[in-house]
Amino acid sequence: MSDFLNPAFWYSVIRVSTPILFGVLAALLSSITGTINIGIEGMMLMSAFWGTIVASFAQNPWIGLLAGVASSIILAVILAYFHLKLKTDLVIGGVALNLLSSGLTVFLLYAITGDKGSSASLRSFTIPRVDIPLVKEIPFVGKILSGHNALTYIAILSVFVVNYLVKKTPLGIRMRSVGENPDAAVSVGISVNRMKFLSLILSGILAGFGGAFLSMGYVSWFARDMTAGRGFISIAAQALGGNSALFGAFGALLFGIAEAAGITLQSLRIPSEITNMLPFVLTIVVLVIYARSKIRSHSRIQEQ
Amino acid sequence: MKAIEAVNITKVYPNGVVANRGVNLSIEQGEVHAIVGENGAGKTTLMKIFFGIERPTSGELRVFEKPVHISSPKEAISLGIGMVHQHFMLVPSFTVAENIMLGIEPKKGFFSVDFKKMENVITEYAKRLNFEVPIWEKVLDLPVGVKQRIEILKALVRGARILILDEPSSVLTPQEVNDLFDVLRRLVQDGLTVIFITHKLNEVKQIANRITIMRNAQVVGTYENREVTETDIVELMIGRKFEYDIKRERREPGEVLLTVKDVNYFREDGAHIIKNLSFSLRAGEILAIAGLEGNGQKEFVEILTGLREKAEGKILLNGTNILGAHPKKIRQMGISHIPEDRIEVGCALDLPISENLISDRFHTKPFSGRLIYRKRQVLEFGKKMMKEFDVRAKSPTTIVRMLSGGNMQKVVVAREMTNSARIVIANQPTHGIDVASSEFIRKKLIQMRDDGKAVLLISTDLQEILQIADRILVLYKGEIVAHLKNENITETDLGYYMLGAKRQSDEQIKESMKV
Repeated sequence: MSDFLNPAFWYSVIRVSTPILFGVLAALLSSITGTINIGIEGMMLMSAFWGTIVASFAQNPWIGLLAGVASSIILAVILAYFHLKLKTDLVIGGVALNLLSSGLTVFLLYAITGDKGSSASLRSFTIPRVDIPLVKEIPFVGKILSGHNALTYIAILSVFVVNYLVKKTPLGIRMRSVGENPDAAVSVGISVNRMKFLSLILSGILAGFGGAFLSMGYVSWFARDMTAGRGFISIAAQALGGNSALFGAFGALLFGIAEAAGITLQSLRIPSEITNMLPFVLTIVVLVIYARSKIRSHSRIQEQ
Repeated sequence: MKAIEAVNITKVYPNGVVANRGVNLSIEQGEVHAIVGENGAGKTTLMKIFFGIERPTSGELRVFEKPVHISSPKEAISLGIGMVHQHFMLVPSFTVAENIMLGIEPKKGFFSVDFKKMENVITEYAKRLNFEVPIWEKVLDLPVGVKQRIEILKALVRGARILILDEPSSVLTPQEVNDLFDVLRRLVQDGLTVIFITHKLNEVKQIANRITIMRNAQVVGTYENREVTETDIVELMIGRKFEYDIKRERREPGEVLLTVKDVNYFREDGAHIIKNLSFSLRAGEILAIAGLEGNGQKEFVEILTGLREKAEGKILLNGTNILGAHPKKIRQMGISHIPEDRIEVGCALDLPISENLISDRFHTKPFSGRLIYRKRQVLEFGKKMMKEFDVRAKSPTTIVRMLSGGNMQKVVVAREMTNSARIVIANQPTHGIDVASSEFIRKKLIQMRDDGKAVLLISTDLQEILQIADRILVLYKGEIVAHLKNENITETDLGYYMLGAKRQSDEQIKESMKV
């Protein structure tokens, strides 16, 4: 039990929550216009890959970060093109992107490094950690909050930025109107496609940050399929938070706790195969509880 | 000065339907111009062309005497055209202010919305019109009358000089309609032009300066209000002599078929939607439930027909409590249901007419054998029903989606009136359909009554209720506030009860229900 009262545990909670936090914001920004981005998983993976590769060649993690985010945006543009222009199904488009990313990253990894499993042979660059001056000195709390990767702080900052964007800016209001009643938006001259496009792009940017963190912060290399379902977990966490970035952040934290607890339990000689399941089991449990609380309609007619 | 003109406008939809054929229309600035016509006559298409939602196939538009091309609502708005749609274009979870200023949000700094300025702008416009709107409340739960005001404000704030209202009065009480007309008069005094689409002719006579009548995608003519009577207008609309010949002879009702006893219902969100509802329905009568939309009728009908669960109380049919029973069982016990929403609930849109006609009996003889269904019988039955219920379509294999609202409704009515049920629940049976189909359906309901069946009519159309009902219950906020015999009462009388401005005492209601 003492493991869980250790500041190191809570430090790791924040660390493992970071990619999910980005994912949650990516899911939120796409879902407010009614175009939930199923491709977050693939976007993260692609960004994780290009992040490491470009950082290694440019010898600069920040350029890697830019490349990672750019690759994620390109995927978002592709998804938007298929869904908004060619009117393909959003879910099918998203699934296709995920499969594409999974295959393409392994292929390119092999082509570039000759290794199908990881980029360990390349020289790695990571985004630096940041110590927060005064906070660092506070006992217990300082050890939890200070010394994280710069991207972790960007993630936390993003929660507030996204929250503000969605609630208090013209763009946010317009995007939400498109998600809730597209006819109303059209009737006042708002372009539904434009809003949906923007929301997918914004979603892509945040997914890109999440992916880059995985390969340049969480660890310092790229490994095949290293997102390991985090994109999907993010979508689940966002569903719990509804249209609120703040609640979504709590959802991300919850999954972070599950993952960190899984890692800690391994030290208690519980097989890692079991502890690794924790976040996924939690996803299912939480979704069931959530869905049950939502199904309270008395109507036998399915609402449209 | 002419506000808006259509010159030889033709609109052919991609599926080949001609919605407007050589339409010419000229509307003067500062007038209230009514456009009337049956459903499918092309009024709404013409308005959509004016508002940039549809583009004409050929022809010319002029706004304030300048030729224009309007290819989006945005352009229409910038030309000074505003539209209040029949189905409100509001975002339910947004506040009134956010709805009104959607797309034209005042900014503070570079990124933020200036909510204070938003409030000021709206207050200023609202004051000018003598409106009261709850600026920071969510639109979700506001009454329809208020929602309509929000729509009008929305148009005015965007600088509308020409205001198009699509069937604005169909959701309002007579009192609310008067308020709306006061507003429209004030707008016209300010130099605005109002285009008013409706099929309520008494209202047209009351408010319009001129009237344009459309039929079959064409303009029949434009008339000064005083030149034409209501009957003239109807005849021009339907293109033949029309006699309002719905006759309803008095009949003594028979035995009680259905008893509703102390029904209470709390919605999912805890709201008390139906309060102590009790009444009985007898054979050989039409009992109407009047009330503004959203006073519990929808939920009550769903409870009664088994489509909604978790209500309290009793609904007795032949001594059995059917409250909470499955819809199939309720149907088998003899209740048929013409639902309010023919598109979502009443029909399977992509199935043919014939199959829609047997959707409540497909598993029985003669339509089905042991294993497979008998196509020929189904088609023959379809043909017979189409004739009997005047469903106009090429053949029984026509997909229901292709039918006009009136014909689609007749398919539903045909199904619900030809099963063996003794009780018919008719929820808004003539809502949004043409005069001739409405008349046909009302006559059929009276015929059912005369055959000794019981009809429960739920309607927001007071004319309809006064035309065919024997008794009237008025529902207000889920409660019966009046029980009236349909003798010497007027729409205005009913309006007061419907608005909650007047109510009978509980004793009075109880007493009058004992016969």
